[in-house]
Amino acid sequence: MLRFTAKRFLGAIPTLLVLMVLAFALIRVAPGGPFDSEKQLSAEIQERLNAAYHLDEPLWQQFFRYLGNLLKGDFGPSFAYADYTVSELIATGFPVSLKLGSLAMLLAVIAGIAIGTMAALKQNTRADYAVMTAAMTGISVPTFVVAPLLVLVFAVTLQWFPAGGLGNWQNLVLPVIALALPQIAYIARLTRGSMIEVLRSDYIRTARAQGLTQAEILLHHALKAAVLPVVSYLGPATAAIITGSVVVEQIFGVPGLGRFFVQGALNRDYTLVMGIVVFYGVLIICFNFFVDIAYRWLDPRVTL
Amino acid sequence: MRRDSNQGHSLFRIAMQSLLSSKATVTAFVVMALVVLLTAAAPLLSPWAIDSTDWESVSTPPSVETGHYFGTDDVGRDIFVRTLYGGRISLLVGLSATMVSLVIGVFWGAIAGYAGGRTDQLMMRFVDVMYAMPFMFFVILLMVYFGRNIFLIFIAVGAVNWLDMARIVRGQALSMKHREFVEAARAGGVSHLNIIRRHIIPNLLGVVIVYVTLTIPQVILVESFLSFLGLGVQEPMTSWGALVNDGAALMESAPWTLFFPALFLALTLFCFNFIGDGLRDALDPRDRAGEP
Repeated sequence: MLRFTAKRFLGAIPTLLVLMVLAFALIRVAPGGPFDSEKQLSAEIQERLNAAYHLDEPLWQQFFRYLGNLLKGDFGPSFAYADYTVSELIATGFPVSLKLGSLAMLLAVIAGIAIGTMAALKQNTRADYAVMTAAMTGISVPTFVVAPLLVLVFAVTLQWFPAGGLGNWQNLVLPVIALALPQIAYIARLTRGSMIEVLRSDYIRTARAQGLTQAEILLHHALKAAVLPVVSYLGPATAAIITGSVVVEQIFGVPGLGRFFVQGALNRDYTLVMGIVVFYGVLIICFNFFVDIAYRWLDPRVTL
Repeated sequence: MRRDSNQGHSLFRIAMQSLLSSKATVTAFVVMALVVLLTAAAPLLSPWAIDSTDWESVSTPPSVETGHYFGTDDVGRDIFVRTLYGGRISLLVGLSATMVSLVIGVFWGAIAGYAGGRTDQLMMRFVDVMYAMPFMFFVILLMVYFGRNIFLIFIAVGAVNWLDMARIVRGQALSMKHREFVEAARAGGVSHLNIIRRHIIPNLLGVVIVYVTLTIPQVILVESFLSFLGLGVQEPMTSWGALVNDGAALMESAPWTLFFPALFLALTLFCFNFIGDGLRDALDPRDRAGEP
């Protein structure tokens, strides 16, 4: 276990390095610098500014400075929000996004596994087909279509929930559902497929022969094996939820990182945008690492 | 590709036969063909141009009498025509970007699988590293930095989506490497590049076609996501994503501006996913719902 952890940890280093290099390269190729303004600055001021931000150093030195600062959690100053550093902005936005994302993930996993299991138990019946068609629809209808529709139906017409903003739990209902829906659909399909296969296996037949009830068989024997594909999907699911939150936060006016990202991209706030990319990249890499460990724990046959 | 390499085709044909026996899949095929035909025939079906404004009817609901079958938006543009022209762009991006990802993915996977050993390890490790990147964000950045050029969308989206293809092709190439016909070719003195080009890749086609069917909807989704954020295609061009974005802004006063583009987008994605899924199950029934 320790060796595996160490190995995976070392394996994550090149990934992180590629992420940093890409991030740095993208900042540098971006046309326009932080000090472009309508007024032409004199050469002297330009020079001093460049010196103050270390833009006069050779590129590799700048890269290592950037890297060093990143390791200290310093993403540099934001270009558009003049008085804030990128780290401060991330610290404001991330808790909101985390709350939204983790609730959506929780909902997706629970609902997805439950729906998938039910479909598997009723395999090839009308109920199964109906659920699976619904799931395919869930995968095919993009978040940015679902979200406005949810607003139209539940906020504008029925007025059950507020259409946006942030405050109490009612504000979170619609964004969480919009974010979770495609993942519920995907997880339901994964669970159904693997559950059908697990329920056909010999050890389940043995359990049945021993007279265990359906519920006992499901909970104690089948579920653990059947959720394996779901566990390995958690990494991509996180990435999808993070991407989805960009849209959902925009539509529901939730002041999270996704909204910062879009605003930053439109404002050409390069450091903010890059900071968020690196931040999320690191988050996804760490998460994948934990998922691998969880997978190994669930399935002792796997040696990675 | 050469005609003498029909192994992939025959496998594909078997899958098609089993597919066509299912009514639901045939329906999906028909719906998809209809959508494609409609978008192709757009100029013949309506007198309006994509950006012409009809000041007589602004924000009018769908009606046959005015000739605005899907209604008009807040500046009097015909939603029917815009949906069809937007579909052209969405489908075009879907196909072109899929081709980009196809070329990269197939060559990368075929070379890795055929070469094996250290080259394979290194190349697939690179794919693993790429998997962990928050790609959507990079694509968004590229769009912001380099302007909203439609060709850049093809390349950027295609460059993001080749990883799955590379993995699958590599697995296939690996198993094909020691088959007799490859060894015969090698014994006959065919160069490695030609073995990959003439023998490995043609035999992969069946599997590749399945993944193309599944990549197209993903790519259309990415493009519409970008357009929704206002980073994709620009006026006067439009795409389903851009139209959904416009429609979402007007949905309280003119819900049809959201409904019809969203319906076309969802319908197309559904059909592609459905057919791709069916194809995959038909080719390999064990590979359910697949790896993400």
